[in-house]
Amino acid sequence: MIPELGHFALILALAVALVQGSLPFVGAARGDIRLMALGSTAALTQAFLVILAFAALTQAYVTSDFSVANVVANSHSAKPLLYKISGVWGNHEGSMLLWALILALFGAAVALFGSNLPDSLRARVLGVQALIGVGFLAFLLFTSNPFERVSPAPPDGNGLNPLLQDPGLAFHPPLLYLGYVGFSVTYAFAIAALLEGRVDVAWARWVRPWTLAAWCFLTCGIALGSWWAYYILGWGGFWFWDPVENASLMPWLAGTALLHSAIVVEKRDALKSWTVLLAILAFSLSLLGTFLVRSGVLTSVHAFAQDPARGLYILGFLLLVTGGGLALYAWQAPKLVSNALFQPVSREGALILNNLLLCTLAATVLLGTLYPLFLDLVTGDKVSVGPPFFNATFVPLCAPLFAALCVGPFLAWKRAEIAPALARLRIAFAVSVVAAIVAAAAIDGRATLSAIAFGFGVWLIAGSVTEFVVRARRGRLRTMTRAAIGMTISHAALGVVVLGSVATASWQVEMIRTMKPGETAQFAGYGVRLEQVAPLQGPNYIAERATLTLTDGGKPYTTLTPERRLFTVQRRQISETSIHTNLLRDLYATLGEGDATQGWTIRLYWNPLAPWIWLGAGLCALGGFVSLTDRRLRVGAPRRSRPAVQAAE
Amino acid sequence: MRRLVRVAALLLACSPAFATEPSEMLKDPALEARAREIGRALRCVVCQNQAIDDSNAEVARDMRRAVRERLAAGDRDEAVMAFMTARYGDYVLLKPPFKPGTLVLWLGGPLVLLLAGGALLLAARKRRAPEPPAPLSEEERARVDALLRRDDA
Repeated sequence: MIPELGHFALILALAVALVQGSLPFVGAARGDIRLMALGSTAALTQAFLVILAFAALTQAYVTSDFSVANVVANSHSAKPLLYKISGVWGNHEGSMLLWALILALFGAAVALFGSNLPDSLRARVLGVQALIGVGFLAFLLFTSNPFERVSPAPPDGNGLNPLLQDPGLAFHPPLLYLGYVGFSVTYAFAIAALLEGRVDVAWARWVRPWTLAAWCFLTCGIALGSWWAYYILGWGGFWFWDPVENASLMPWLAGTALLHSAIVVEKRDALKSWTVLLAILAFSLSLLGTFLVRSGVLTSVHAFAQDPARGLYILGFLLLVTGGGLALYAWQAPKLVSNALFQPVSREGALILNNLLLCTLAATVLLGTLYPLFLDLVTGDKVSVGPPFFNATFVPLCAPLFAALCVGPFLAWKRAEIAPALARLRIAFAVSVVAAIVAAAAIDGRATLSAIAFGFGVWLIAGSVTEFVVRARRGRLRTMTRAAIGMTISHAALGVVVLGSVATASWQVEMIRTMKPGETAQFAGYGVRLEQVAPLQGPNYIAERATLTLTDGGKPYTTLTPERRLFTVQRRQISETSIHTNLLRDLYATLGEGDATQGWTIRLYWNPLAPWIWLGAGLCALGGFVSLTDRRLRVGAPRRSRPAVQAAE
Repeated sequence: MRRLVRVAALLLACSPAFATEPSEMLKDPALEARAREIGRALRCVVCQNQAIDDSNAEVARDMRRAVRERLAAGDRDEAVMAFMTARYGDYVLLKPPFKPGTLVLWLGGPLVLLLAGGALLLAARKRRAPEPPAPLSEEERARVDALLRRDDA
């Protein structure tokens, strides 16, 4: 009964979305207040209905209702409650429903908090949001119905992929989707602005908090995913340039660019049409990310062709959203004239450089991710694009970006001198050069590039702190806006991420060896002893757990207990790593195959500064959230002070 | 469907964490370090985007062994790579070689940077020298004179 109610709610939601996606546009075109107001009511109704549908599916999962096909395929009665709930979005249909839910919630938020928006703009934004909603709801209902029943109902389900039964991955998709879908609001604002033919300061003040919020969530989502990969995949890496990872990195890069260009629109009334274009691209890349992960096109082009309905639908939708957005842009963008003048060396110029480099990075990732598919389709040739390619193309492009990042905030708007900015940064520069030399001398004389990269990390932190200190010295600390404080935090945090990644990737120490219980070894200055390997019964798995005691100078230091779990339902093995961290380095252990007579394969890693990667990413998002609490953004859109857009001649 | 099952089975075989085994490793640590380095640049041919160094698949194990055999026989790193590509094709290189088929891949990023950067520079130059307004036509001049005269009056 309840799954049918959920299904019904979803159908109603589609009907409401169709209304919301049409009548408010008519109202905005005719200036009919009642039709425009319909948008808000419909957005709230739609959100209520999708919440109902989502609750119905969650209920089916929590109560293990095995008459629902989706629950059978992805859940099991013996699964812990957390993973029953996360199982809701741990599969194709459920994750699309989560997408639709977040989209509807964002639409409701625009309706609720958008009372100070001009009526026609709000109506159009909600209309565009609804059209995106129609796309997803129809996709759910026609190709991926999560409420489909099976009869007769099997006694138990197939269980969730063991790799996904993990607290980190339970919350990874919702965070990621909050980011992806957040960009849909920005997209809706961009399309609405193109329809209205005007972009002004008030528009930018509306778009910035949405972009910022989406960006923060996306940052958290990516960091959580990378952390998960670090401790679950079991060889101490944290970023693999896997297409699934790249899919989330591309919208992040475009979103970061958008975040910065929106500042220029807000403060200087310039870069308008470029910002609108970025908003379209950021959401298109979010959709592309969803498409890549969801259509199966990555597994192989052929797997995609086996079950083409879903993939073709998303591809068509993607083309419609991107192509439609770009066509509208080509038609209307000439109306968006920026009349603010500025010199190349200026804050505006620095932000343009930021955008140029970030977009090139996004293009590089896009090419590297899609090229194998493209080549396979066009010529049938097979090519592999992996980490060595991205290390050779992506990483070098970060150098100019990081170098300029610390200089930009010192430049004045409109026209600036570069020499005084550099002079202020001389201490930061000296500190980072020393850090690079120390890194090269102390750790590894041959890895010059790693040492330089390490120096860049220090430069980002030192440069951001310098900017903060200069401001504080001028007595501007008390008047400093939250946005400025957030910027300092996020920029410095990027440096923390760089230090963590460079140190882990370059100076990791590894030991792989076979050990029998009672055997000892030396590793990274610690004595290691394998005490025992004992069997263990988990809620839905059986496991072998090794107990490794580590001693430091003869004194007991810590115990690591890596496990190897066999999930009985799926008959799948996964390794559960054991990590001891002191925030400066991780001691990381995994247990491989073996038995009592042969001994077990033990892998130990010493990962210097590894925790800084996720600490830094968290700080980076925190900076965004601090900036989000800025008074200017809370107060909302100010009154329009002047007609900002003149029709182009 | 059968094909999907096969793909899934292959992917299961690629489950990580049980990759390079101690029994495979070379005695000489310097040689083994080189083997690991090469292993990270070669792709396991049945896995999804995984280096042979990280893969548990049978093929990856064979490939790791082949790399170590060549190294133990005294081959240089480049010779080992050449041997592996001769055997499995360019497909195994995680960093694709620079050839006609990969021109777009390698040059796409720099091209975006150059084109966009060039366009920006041109735009900046144009902005620096704003065009002088077009001279008034006879008719406009007459109208301006008339208006000015009216203001004076």
